Amino acid sequence: MSDQKQPETQEKELICSSRRGFLKATTALTAIALSPSLITKAALQHADERLAAFFEKIPLNIEVNGKAYQMETEPRETLLDFVRERLHLTGTKKGCDHGQCGACTVHVDGIRVNSCLTLAVMQEGKKITTIEGIANGDKLHPMQEAFLKNDGFQCGYCTPGQIMSAIACINEGHANSPTEIREFMSGNICRCGAYPNIVDAIVEVKNGGMKL
Amino acid sequence: MINFDYIRMGSISSAVKALDKFPDAKIIAGGSNLIDLMKRNVMAPTKLIDINPLPLKYIHTTKQGVQIGALALNSQAADHELIKTKYPLLSMAINAGASAQLRNMATFGGNMMQRTRCSYFYDTTMPCNKREPNSGCSALTGINRMHGIFGTSDVCIAVNPSDMNVALVALDAKVILKSAKKERTIAFADFHKLAGDSPQLDNHLQKNEMITDIIIPENQFYNNSYYLKVRDRHSYAFALISVAAGLEMDGQNIKKVRLAMGGVAHKPWRLYDAENFLQGKTASLQNFEEAAKIAMKGAKSYGHNDFKLALAPSSIVEALLKASHLS
Ligand SMILES: Cc1cc2nc3c(=O)[nH]c(=O)nc-3n(C[C@H](O)[C@H](O)[C@H](O)COP(=O)(O)OP(=O)(O)OC[C@H]3O[C@@H](n4cnc5c(N)ncnc54)[C@H](O)[C@@H]3O)c2cc1C
Ligand code: SF4
Ligand code: FES
Ligand code: FES
Repeated sequence: MSDQKQPETQEKELICSSRRGFLKATTALTAIALSPSLITKAALQHADERLAAFFEKIPLNIEVNGKAYQMETEPRETLLDFVRERLHLTGTKKGCDHGQCGACTVHVDGIRVNSCLTLAVMQEGKKITTIEGIANGDKLHPMQEAFLKNDGFQCGYCTPGQIMSAIACINEGHANSPTEIREFMSGNICRCGAYPNIVDAIVEVKNGGMKL
Repeated sequence: MINFDYIRMGSISSAVKALDKFPDAKIIAGGSNLIDLMKRNVMAPTKLIDINPLPLKYIHTTKQGVQIGALALNSQAADHELIKTKYPLLSMAINAGASAQLRNMATFGGNMMQRTRCSYFYDTTMPCNKREPNSGCSALTGINRMHGIFGTSDVCIAVNPSDMNVALVALDAKVILKSAKKERTIAFADFHKLAGDSPQLDNHLQKNEMITDIIIPENQFYNNSYYLKVRDRHSYAFALISVAAGLEMDGQNIKKVRLAMGGVAHKPWRLYDAENFLQGKTASLQNFEEAAKIAMKGAKSYGHNDFKLALAPSSIVEALLKASHLS
């Protein structure tokens, strides 16, 4: 049985223990002074170890909308906060921040995910596409056109997530009927209730048969 | 979110060594449950071990059946030709859970390990024995609509929230667990545990072990499988009750049957007595109703979840009717 497993790859491992000793000695008090009480409490429980980690940044190579970035990230930074706060790509929305609404949907290597529930540091070497990356210059993506044409939104807050999810829904082969579309788009909540028009937009793009 | 140390592992051997070395570290796979819990301070590991580079993403046939790596995605399995045709129960159960985005993140290992959705477990201002042993159980006398009716304990009545787990326990799956020193294979049915007097532990995984594989033995249930999920909305909601049914039929005669329920116990709940009753019987409404009655023996409700005592047996009957194509 185990001989049928793939061989273990020797991919690059990352172990960050760099500046711990130094930080231990120098920054503990500053951190306590600056931290909200919860962090301070936890930090004190786990002594210096965690305070040191609080300051640790990890290098991150990531491609977003075709552009390569070499940045640093704190382990706790989500992919959503990274694209919004660090790259200032604010098209991707924060709705619930807990995987319950789909407003933060982006593509990671072509697959749709909730960017609020994954860490930026986990995306090393990955290609991310956000709503800003789907148009071709001034020419809108067919799904953007279809949302406009079919009135697939009202306030527009859920729309970037809906569009990213809709493109993936077709690419995954789960847009073969309105019923299937509704099921496979259920991860995108629309408080304005634009659902019927969203389904219409997806049906239209799917029937258009374009490569997305 | 409280910050933490992060290490990324490239091989199984280095991952299990890291688990040995850092007993308080947590593995991160898809992140869809752990990050949620860390944002709410329900869990606060000091170190995360990212296992995503590990070569555990496969789904392939073996002599025994199908072998699934712990990092295979839920969506990858649900859409996999082999799973759809030979193990449709698994495909149905996975697709009944969460959303398309979350199934693209959820791994087999992470799904098995996902924590309960008891709202008091999530609310750090309320007592909860699972989150903080000996602090009390708010659900016992609180809002316990989502809670268990089988095998509950007087310190925790939470349920395992996974849909995938219900299918895997019905399909007699096995799990391979690995530590730096040894590898062991256990029945999926023995992986999760009842709350008993240690509700803080959901399962029997040791601190220094990781899940590497799930094995599903070959079966003949593919023509007669059904996963029924009853929930508050049509999609993207956790189960109030779910039933996994797999039948091997010879005409109208039931040669072999597997039945399990979700939303009723601290672990995915196999209905062994009902299976034994149905074995060799004719598929009929009457026999299914009798089987459901047998399955409900020992059920106990807690107020807000009294409705489950009626919903559970009718769900069992419905799933069996669907699986045997009688409805
Ligand atoms: C809004 C929402 C709705 C949802 N609805 C449903 C639903 O209806 N049905 C359902 O079944 N699920 C549902 N889920 C839960 C979802 O299925 C889980 O979040 C997912 O399966 C977890 O997998 P993961 O790989 O992301 O795990 P992670 O979050 O990475 O890890 C979860 C736990 O597993 C441990 N772990 C991960 N891999 C391993 C391994 N190989 N060995 C040992 N330990 C490991 C981690 O240490 C962690 O403690 C929902 C989630 C959300 C956010
Ligand atoms: S049922 Fe379990 S998880 Fe829920 S409050 Fe009680 S102890 Fe906590
Ligand atoms: S913000 Fe990510 S799902 Fe709501
Ligand atoms: S358009 Fe307003 S939330 Fe969807």
